[in-house]
Amino acid sequence: MKYLHLIWAALFRSKTRTFLTLLSVVTAFLLFGMLDSVRVAFNSGGSVTGANRLVVASRLSITQMLPYSLDTQIKAIPGVQKSAYAAWFGGIYQDPKNFFANFSVGPGYLDLYPEFKLPAAQRKAWESNRTGAIVGESLAKRHGWKIGDTIPLQATIFPTQGSNNWSFRLDGIFRIDDEKMKAQENVLFFHWKYFDEANDYVKGRVGWYIVKVADGAGSDGVAKAIDSLSANSDHETKAQTEAAFNQAFAKQFADIGLIVTGIMGAVFFTLLLLTGNTMAQAVRERIPELAVLKTIGFSNRSVLWLVLSESVLLVVLGGVIGMAIASLLMPGVSKASGGMIQLPTVLGQTWAVGLALMLAIGVIVGLLPALRGMRLNIVDALAGR
Amino acid sequence: MSTLVSIRNLRKTYQRGPEKVEVLHSIDLDIPKGDFVALMGPSGSGKTTLLNLIGGLDSPTGGEIQVDGQRIDTLGAGQLSQWRSHNVGFVFQFYNLMPTLNAQKNVELPLLLTKLSSAQRKRNAEIALQLVGLAERGKHRPNELSGGQQQRVAIARAIVSDPTLLICDEPTGDLDRQSAEEILALLQSLNRDHGKTIIMVTHDPKAADHAQRTIHLDKGTLVERELAVEH
Repeated sequence: MKYLHLIWAALFRSKTRTFLTLLSVVTAFLLFGMLDSVRVAFNSGGSVTGANRLVVASRLSITQMLPYSLDTQIKAIPGVQKSAYAAWFGGIYQDPKNFFANFSVGPGYLDLYPEFKLPAAQRKAWESNRTGAIVGESLAKRHGWKIGDTIPLQATIFPTQGSNNWSFRLDGIFRIDDEKMKAQENVLFFHWKYFDEANDYVKGRVGWYIVKVADGAGSDGVAKAIDSLSANSDHETKAQTEAAFNQAFAKQFADIGLIVTGIMGAVFFTLLLLTGNTMAQAVRERIPELAVLKTIGFSNRSVLWLVLSESVLLVVLGGVIGMAIASLLMPGVSKASGGMIQLPTVLGQTWAVGLALMLAIGVIVGLLPALRGMRLNIVDALAGR
Repeated sequence: MSTLVSIRNLRKTYQRGPEKVEVLHSIDLDIPKGDFVALMGPSGSGKTTLLNLIGGLDSPTGGEIQVDGQRIDTLGAGQLSQWRSHNVGFVFQFYNLMPTLNAQKNVELPLLLTKLSSAQRKRNAEIALQLVGLAERGKHRPNELSGGQQQRVAIARAIVSDPTLLICDEPTGDLDRQSAEEILALLQSLNRDHGKTIIMVTHDPKAADHAQRTIHLDKGTLVERELAVEH
């Protein structure tokens, strides 16, 4: 610690250069903090152990539909407390930029999601209306919908009577109290029975099943029993946790992990060059000063550590500021989007990886200048050779 | 007076391209404790090389250097660093202060290598600055001081760890006459009142007059010694 003022003074010898380099480190780690948190959130599927809500979808692809007939077989498996089914619809409201999830659901679907709070009267009205729909509060607010409104959707996959025009009457608006789950309010549900009867293409098929495992029953065993129902058939299933299912669903659109790794690889490579150049230049300018330190008794190793500490301090300082800004920004972005974008805060795992990266980058960019400082010959350096 | 620096058959050769250049030829020299020696000679005569060897900044090609009874020509790089921090103070022509540190922090630098507490380091630096007449300038950075004042700070840095030997390489070479006189008077005072042994390289005969004796080097050989002068 007694060398800290020396390192700090050397770091801010050229304030403008250090500030600009620091800004680039802050930006790189701000980006890392946000992107890696999204990646971690997407990759936190986990195993089925301990999960009491399973999603059963086609093993081949979640775009492959499953037979409706599996419903009674799944319900008959010991350990299954409740089950329901759903099918992706993919309708568009007025304009593709208004995208929100919409799918048909079977009876009892809401019983599996007690976090969706729908007033009993609205639920009753919806269940008795063949073309009724319910939406989350965030979605209703976004489009200014009220109970009784007609919501037209343009089908992108499933036409009805040769037309893409589907319309639903809004019978209920549900809410989710947990702020972390608010994004799930951006969804529209309608009846699978109506979908099955009215669409021109598929009959007796569902997209996936949701299964609630009874307390005390092993999720692993139930998952295996469900999958064995379709073993060696043309519709083999894969029972998994909701998180793992959502992750697989997101991967249909993009491999978040690969994108994040690609972007961050490019960012950190640029950062290495930029910070490396700054450190090399900073040490080159200070050769006589380093020679003086050696003259008055600083050992080669001390000089090595001084220069290395300087580069590590630069990167850690910028990195921590960048990730702290990311931590502050992400909840704000989530809140400002009204639940449409649900960004997790910067997680412990991301902080740990970030700190390791800061140290590694600091050492890598500081190593060559530090070795140069360590090896410099006092006599030559003082003589300006 | 006992001998502080004892040099026997000292040789130094540099490799310049394919050629070997012998800069110092078989130098024998004794410098007593408490002496103030001016080392003079034309450019390229080997003055700075000899000074660097005595100060442990460079290693000889052959011969022996003993300082205060210790052979320094056999020490490794790490041991030499440690030896320098305890035994030698350096003053350069261009002061070589750290531009980002204030005067007091510059003076404290050699004390970072000791086990002194922060408060003690600060106190010792204040004393050293007081000794060179800059007690009021501790918070000033080098670029806020005149050349003479910067050299005083450099002298304070050289003496703060209380070394026996002060090595000065043209300490007045970058100063006007008045400032040079003040620096030389300060060195004389450190020699006379504080018992510091000083070896000073200079081109200036007037500066050399402030030393107790002058040694002349020419083409890497000692050519003449003057007897001690009464000041």
